[in-house]
Amino acid sequence: MQLTRDIFFTLLLTLRDIIPILAILLGFQLLVLKRPIPNLRRTIIGFVYVLLGLGLFLVGLEKALFPLGKLMARQLTDPEFIQHGLDSVSGILQWQDYMWVYLFAAAIGFATTVAEPSLIAVAIKAQAVSGGAISTWGLRLAVAIGVAIGISLGTFRIVTGTPLHYYIIAGYIIIIFQTMFAPRLIIALAYDSGGVTTSTVTVPLVTALGLGLASTVPGRSALIDGFGLIAFASLFPMITVMGYAQIVQWRERKSASHQRKEIPRDEN
Amino acid sequence: MKQAIKGILVPIQDSVRDLLPIIVVIAFFQYAVLQQPIPNLGEILTGTLLVILGLTLFIRGLEIGLFPIGEAMAYGFARKGSLAWLVIFAFALGFGTTIAEPALIAVAAEAADVAAVGGMIENQTDSRQSYALGLRITVALSVGIAIVVGVIRIVKGWPIHYLIITGYVGVVVMTGFAPKEIIGIAYDSGGVTTSTVTVPLVTALGVGLASSIKGRNPMIDGFGLIAFASLTPMIFVMVYGMVV
Repeated sequence: MQLTRDIFFTLLLTLRDIIPILAILLGFQLLVLKRPIPNLRRTIIGFVYVLLGLGLFLVGLEKALFPLGKLMARQLTDPEFIQHGLDSVSGILQWQDYMWVYLFAAAIGFATTVAEPSLIAVAIKAQAVSGGAISTWGLRLAVAIGVAIGISLGTFRIVTGTPLHYYIIAGYIIIIFQTMFAPRLIIALAYDSGGVTTSTVTVPLVTALGLGLASTVPGRSALIDGFGLIAFASLFPMITVMGYAQIVQWRERKSASHQRKEIPRDEN
Repeated sequence: MKQAIKGILVPIQDSVRDLLPIIVVIAFFQYAVLQQPIPNLGEILTGTLLVILGLTLFIRGLEIGLFPIGEAMAYGFARKGSLAWLVIFAFALGFGTTIAEPALIAVAAEAADVAAVGGMIENQTDSRQSYALGLRITVALSVGIAIVVGVIRIVKGWPIHYLIITGYVGVVVMTGFAPKEIIGIAYDSGGVTTSTVTVPLVTALGVGLASSIKGRNPMIDGFGLIAFASLTPMIFVMVYGMVV
């Protein structure tokens, strides 16, 4: 009973989010472009699927993942858990004592990114447009590894209390250098992959982790140090996606130069 | 019949595979690291089933609804040939989808709390609310402008990296001037603006535009709209933090 009520209300909320988008689309299609909607029936079914799918997805996340994920983030950042098993008599926690937190951050960042619907959407498009050269899984794994590194480094930053902008500016410099050397085809997609990673699944869990950590580490304020994890999660995928393309290109070049060397030998 | 069953089972299988990493991570940390049983196992299993079903439906809806409409409109605008209408549409799409975005509403409320604690505004409900609303309008404006710039770039065929690098310089310069309290929120706001419904639509629009305009490559020119939409909010939020 409770479940059907939850689903009903979430569907209403989702509908409220979709209606402005639908109004803009319909308004421009019918009034400005003055064209009928192509495959009207199919499109309507598609929108109903999107609405139902997103609604059920959100209810499921609220029921299963978010409570558990947030609880775990709290327990793992609890000083009592972190001190457990340590033989340090001083009682003052060092950044090394938070190893489980960094590991959890990386694992949860990776796992939630793989399940992120907007990343799946972009990956499907990228595979179609590139004619299969960029596989949906290759892109999604590259992005997920980027988010894992990003969130893990972000928790390290909260623990050590170093200023956020040093990391972000350093990341920008790496991205600018990579842009100069990466294959041109990947650049726009790599930039996009930064923005799509942080969405429905990742943001609530990562925010809980950041706030939990910032409120338990001595000397950090949840309000100021709790933010910034999302920024890390949008920065590093750009680096890993360009890196992935660079590795693929480098290996192709290497095998191409091998082939060139082999041809004259055959002629002799 | 066999075909129909396959048509349902394969996408569900995909969704299960997409969610498997989360299940593994949570189970590992709960049992092996924290060494505690999972509370409310029944409810969690129901929730997981809903997530799988929801993801499957969403991806299907994406393929038959959101992608085709986004592309059809891109072709429509390319055929109409009016840059002005395209720009108005781009702005409406960016602004309209962002202003009501739940993640943004949450971030704006948190930002207002930070501003109140930091003494930038009075710590009263009224001033906090107006600060949060102002921030939401700022971010929505910045996303509208971002999509407009991104669409003009596709039409003109400008290389994306000059624009993005200019944006980065803007972020770095603004970081030097913005109040310290706002920086974390500003950086985060870039990531939260692009929602699950907006991303497929905007991607389909960009790719559709690039494939229907002669001389544009959908791979090089079609992507990048999301990148603009995640960059401009950072700059605008820091400006907002300085002005208000």
